[in-house]
Amino acid sequence: MKLTKNAAGRFVPTVINGQKQIAFKGVNKYKPGGRKTGAPIKSCMDFPADGNKIIKNLKEALRKAGLKNGMTISTHHHLRNGDVLTNYLFDTIKQMGIKNIRWFPSASFPVHKHLIKYLEDGTIHHIEGSMNGPLGRFTSLGKMKGVGVLRSHGGRFQAVQDGEVKIDIAVIAAPTSDEFGNSNGVTGPSASGLIGFALADSEYADNVIVVTDNLVPFPCIPWQIQGNNVDYVVKIDSLGDSSKIVSGTTEVTKSPDRLLIAEYVAQFIEEAGIMKEGFSLQAGAGGTNLAFVLYLKERMKSKNVKARFMRGGSTKYLVQMLEEGLTDYILDGQTFDLEGVRSMRENANHVNTSPFTSYNFHGKGNFASIVDVAVLGATEVDVNFNANVVTHSDGYLLHGIGGWQNCLYSKCTILAIPSFRDRIPVIVDEVTTLCGPGELIDVIITERGIAINPLRKDLLKAIKESSLPIKSLKEIKKEVDSICGIPDKPKLNKNKVVAVVKWVDGTVLDSVYQVVE
Amino acid sequence: MSKKTNKASAGKRGDTVRSDCYIEIEKKKSGGIKIELQSKVKSMYGNSIRKQIEAMCEFFNLKHINIIIEDNGALPFVIAARFEAVVKRLDPDEKKDFLLPMLRKNKYKTTRDKLRRSRLYLPGNEPKFFLNAALHKPDGIILDLEDSVAPSEKDAARILVRNALRAVDFYGCERIVRVNQHQQGLDDLKYIIPQNVNVVLIPKCESPAHVVETALEIRRLKVEHKIRNEVYVIPIIESAKGIIHAYEIASASPNVCALAIGLEDYTADIGTQRTKEGRESFFARSMIVNAARAAGAQAIDTVFSDVNDMEGLRESVIEAKSLGFEGKGCIHPRQIQVVHEAFAPTPDEIDKAKKIVFAYEEAEGKGLGVVTLGGKMIDAPVVKRAHKTIELAFLNNLITETWRNEIN
Repeated sequence: MKLTKNAAGRFVPTVINGQKQIAFKGVNKYKPGGRKTGAPIKSCMDFPADGNKIIKNLKEALRKAGLKNGMTISTHHHLRNGDVLTNYLFDTIKQMGIKNIRWFPSASFPVHKHLIKYLEDGTIHHIEGSMNGPLGRFTSLGKMKGVGVLRSHGGRFQAVQDGEVKIDIAVIAAPTSDEFGNSNGVTGPSASGLIGFALADSEYADNVIVVTDNLVPFPCIPWQIQGNNVDYVVKIDSLGDSSKIVSGTTEVTKSPDRLLIAEYVAQFIEEAGIMKEGFSLQAGAGGTNLAFVLYLKERMKSKNVKARFMRGGSTKYLVQMLEEGLTDYILDGQTFDLEGVRSMRENANHVNTSPFTSYNFHGKGNFASIVDVAVLGATEVDVNFNANVVTHSDGYLLHGIGGWQNCLYSKCTILAIPSFRDRIPVIVDEVTTLCGPGELIDVIITERGIAINPLRKDLLKAIKESSLPIKSLKEIKKEVDSICGIPDKPKLNKNKVVAVVKWVDGTVLDSVYQVVE
Repeated sequence: MSKKTNKASAGKRGDTVRSDCYIEIEKKKSGGIKIELQSKVKSMYGNSIRKQIEAMCEFFNLKHINIIIEDNGALPFVIAARFEAVVKRLDPDEKKDFLLPMLRKNKYKTTRDKLRRSRLYLPGNEPKFFLNAALHKPDGIILDLEDSVAPSEKDAARILVRNALRAVDFYGCERIVRVNQHQQGLDDLKYIIPQNVNVVLIPKCESPAHVVETALEIRRLKVEHKIRNEVYVIPIIESAKGIIHAYEIASASPNVCALAIGLEDYTADIGTQRTKEGRESFFARSMIVNAARAAGAQAIDTVFSDVNDMEGLRESVIEAKSLGFEGKGCIHPRQIQVVHEAFAPTPDEIDKAKKIVFAYEEAEGKGLGVVTLGGKMIDAPVVKRAHKTIELAFLNNLITETWRNEIN
């Protein structure tokens, strides 16, 4: 495989799975050209005039959609670790004797370890999306036939819209749908809140199959997915395990160290002057993330400050802020708990969004850069603020990028992370895999100190009088090294690229190498 | 003493274990040193763990052994402690101690009247709590060898605590160890006194003799190991008999810096139960405050055991403060901030203290022996108390260093 050095100094392949690639040129350096791609033109005369697109089963729908060897099949991840449909989909494909599928999920979960046998027997050729947990380990050991491609949520929509990835068949899990294919995620036994991650798939795929376990008479309101983009509708008994789709309640971390980090985050947001009337923030559902929102809420109440909007990852904690009048809107990308689902169903100010509005870099702007502050995690950060979210320091691929890269464009990006985890340093000399260039990462908040990117002189000035423990990343690293000791580098086969990390503009930012056991 | 054996183990194993390891050693007649290492961090620290183990085998003169290590991210001071515990379980007569280098910054001292608002208890055999405890900024850290350690793990905990006192940075928090009762506690001292411990807690103290024997053993060990820093003691009074002897206990040694009360055992001893109002312990708590004050020591209140009830904790500290207590034991890091806030002086107290300090400084400047404020004479203890109030206000960010220049 031919590798070339990109603008970040990382070696990346020039061709991946037979497709020519552009190496990363720097942040905001690559200018795309041409026109967006599109789905084939279809005609009403080929669809039942009464709007009934029901097909008796998934196998028949796949057959009608013209499933062939080597096709690209997309799925979304709103069913999270409760997803039964995707596993059933590939059981069906296997039964049909089809090989070499490119699976294009918006994310994968541990439940998808069921698919490892299909990666082994050649039913699936490779994954473009995310390779979490067991799938990541499988990929890291060099066992996948093709090269994995990791994209952010925004990058996935960019790739679809730009024609980098042509979806042959989109299989959309719809918690509620009508016979015409109008569908949503807010109701039904497998309710997931919204299904925005399937929007591009519904608009750009050659064939769209909606699979539901809750069929309602036309019209299905609201229609988060529009039926006029849907070819076939299949009814099955159950899309998944509802308790793993959304949790009954999301719990805040009890770890005193994580809570300390969360407290620092809230204090920083206030003392840096970010928490002011009409501000906005992005919060996820990780333990530290939930906790900082609670601390910030107390500070907002005591200073009588209201936010204009909050982006999530919605949970009961964001819902409480909406209902208590501490924010005008929740702009929701995915719903994590039952309260989030209820709020989205009942409250017009709890709005469903898609990666087109929020994250796609090849659009006329997106929400990510409008957000005042985004609080994110990372597996590693180097002393120049470059960060990794996909591999661990032992070289194994374990996580997807999610919306992480896209959120780096916020006005202030904070990584809230422990300085080490079970002897594994998080602050390192060089990240194992580069996922986010340091110039976009403004603040690192750890339990041992807070480092501000020297590029952000404004933040350094704003925080000068604060009682927060401001340090340099080098100082924090030195302290961590004295506790953990300097680790050996992981043993990687630099001749075998098992996956690549794409930047938000579709260029190749870094390679993930095979781990030698 | 138990006998020599050929196979022994120490540490913790299982999926939920973090920052600890399990080590098993079997002695052999031949075959050299065989190490079987399973570790979550093997690719990063496998070599360093092996080197550490080999160095310890050499130190303890072990030539033919099979070693099984199940590591879940244990730091070197933990691995060393677990290994040494196994060695001493194999051969109870092994007297050598494998000492890690003492961190230079761990040599700090304490003073008798240091602030002791919060002291965080850490179970002595749970290394995962050690590393970050001081980041929550308690005034003191207590490494506990007594109630939180199972009887069968006392030997391992001693070694672990000894190693922690050398290798873990407690960021300036007072370094305190709660030893066991009676002879076992005196034996504990051999492990900790040479490691620059600042304060020793004596549990279930019932008589001045308890304090004296502990203080004597500390003195003996200090001389033996050439320890210069002062080591203070805090007797914990947890029985009716102890309460009756509180003053003698507090004045049994000039190194008693505080008296603490433990109400769980005390209420059991007087045949009642703890209530929220606490009327059953009012006498005992007042006795502690009086005895401590009379002996020139601090009075420290019992722990608040519901870690989820922060409002209850706050009320309990405010009540303790009103009785005359200056500190509270903490059993969870989240309690520390609440305790500090509740012990913080009120705006009125700060104002009064400022005026007293001003009057004192003015009198001092004029070379007057007597301090007066508003025509009233102020005694030395009142001035001292005012200084302490100012210090507390400063620590709680209620005033800045330049408070003298700020006009109210």
